Amino acid sequence: MNWTPATKSEQAEMLSVIGADSMDAFFDVIPEALRSCDWNLPEGLSEFTLRRELETLAAKNNIQYISFLGGGYYDHYIPAAVDALSSRSEFYTAYTPYQPECAQGTLQAIYEYQSVVSRLMDLECANASLYDGGTAVYEAAAMACRITRRFRVVAHASLHPVWRRMLETHVAGSPITVSDGDGPDGEDVACVIVQNPSFTGDVRDFTALARDCHEHGALLVMAVNPVSLGIIKTPGAMGADIAVAEGQSLGLPLGFGGPYLGILATRTAHIRKMPGRIAAATTDAEGRRGYVLTLQAREQHIRREKALSNICSNQALCALRTLIHLCLLGKTGLEATARACYSKAEYLKSRLDFAKPLNPGATFNEFAVCLPLDAETVIGRLRGKGFLPGLPLAAFGRGGPNDLLIAVTEKRTREELDAFAEALREACHHV
Amino acid sequence: MNPDTLKYTEEHEWIVEQRGVYIIGITEYAVEELGEITFVELPELGKRLERGEDAAVIESVKAASDVFAPVTGIVAEVNDVLDMEPDLINRDPYGKGWILKLKDVNEEEYNELMDSRSYRGYLKTVE
Repeated sequence: MNWTPATKSEQAEMLSVIGADSMDAFFDVIPEALRSCDWNLPEGLSEFTLRRELETLAAKNNIQYISFLGGGYYDHYIPAAVDALSSRSEFYTAYTPYQPECAQGTLQAIYEYQSVVSRLMDLECANASLYDGGTAVYEAAAMACRITRRFRVVAHASLHPVWRRMLETHVAGSPITVSDGDGPDGEDVACVIVQNPSFTGDVRDFTALARDCHEHGALLVMAVNPVSLGIIKTPGAMGADIAVAEGQSLGLPLGFGGPYLGILATRTAHIRKMPGRIAAATTDAEGRRGYVLTLQAREQHIRREKALSNICSNQALCALRTLIHLCLLGKTGLEATARACYSKAEYLKSRLDFAKPLNPGATFNEFAVCLPLDAETVIGRLRGKGFLPGLPLAAFGRGGPNDLLIAVTEKRTREELDAFAEALREACHHV
Repeated sequence: MNPDTLKYTEEHEWIVEQRGVYIIGITEYAVEELGEITFVELPELGKRLERGEDAAVIESVKAASDVFAPVTGIVAEVNDVLDMEPDLINRDPYGKGWILKLKDVNEEEYNELMDSRSYRGYLKTVE
């Protein structure tokens, strides 16, 4: 194989196939502000000087805020054992450790991760993981199209607006189209994609929708908050065919863009249409239990351009952290965490009598309110008092200027909730 | 099926007409190359396939390989038994291991295919 990068003439050929006039035209999907305009980098620095500069920059970050930010990514406690075990060099330094002859530990960890994910979702099988929640939503949509041989996916209003945008980005150039709706509204619908709880916090039972989808030859794809499954009806129990989730809440620290974890589970009938790696248990020639990757014929290193997915690298280290986190919590621990999130959110709701509640029914760890004042103004005022009060819904195109989405995890104490409610009341009434 | 009476492609598939319907499978040579077959993905009934288009996918312990439509036609029947017993292809490639049947086939394309003698000659060139 020739490893010479694309020549100018090859670039021109590829651009003409895509229909872009130039490299600049090709990259114009990236917002102008994010495109690099200048590669004129400064001279190199000594290690000491560089370290001092970076530490000065890092010190500008305020990590002491009491956070009520959510929208798919939550401030949960991560037990020390997650860091200690996942940073062991056997796991931490290995790169693509998939040869069964020398990677039994990693393969077993992936196999066990798949097992806990299947149980969590109440579905029969899971893959070795994907990049993040938004990628998993796209992969589930593409998978539904392969299964049904239909090419329209219906995005329910409950779906995270950022994940919905990621879905649109990924389907560009493919036969798949995305439309808004709340059910299988045509014979060409491959799946309906819902989210539970919804982006704005509503908890629903989608059992009837699952039935409706199946009657119309479509699938139900459900994105969930994995922690909520400690107390909320599972995707499997509701009849969903594919369940996906952002795994950050299960042992991954909040970071600006990750690395996070895309969780995907489905029913056995669809396993050959599922993208990504799958670890499996087997026995070796001497009858000992061992672990291998299986069903690899669907994957890009074998099927090349006909592979089920070309972005199916797995997040082995993040998946390992999620496995350790879930094993530490156990069934009762996950339920207790979910209950704590729910009760603390309910308590905070009861303290916000000056704001209009926006959720029509039950919520889990997150809810939306309409403040008496512009949400951005309130956020600015509360930041000065050490709080990150939540997400302004208008910024996501999902509400008016006064609407705020507030998330509460098990980490928030009663004192913090009381102090936050008071500070929010003051910020709203102080003109 | 008697291998001597079938038509063949260079992709090691066989095809034969029976009462206006064309039965398609893969040859003994293909089966030996693939090894143990673990899964067969079959096409949709009623789908129109152009000659050379992907008709099915055969997964074996060694590889995943496409079965191409040897002639243009419409999928009339698929061998559903392969869902449960994909290794029927290994055990009986010219009989119970058939893969799909096409109707409304382009007969000219069919007539152009190799007969068993030409296929045996072709095999000598690839072995």
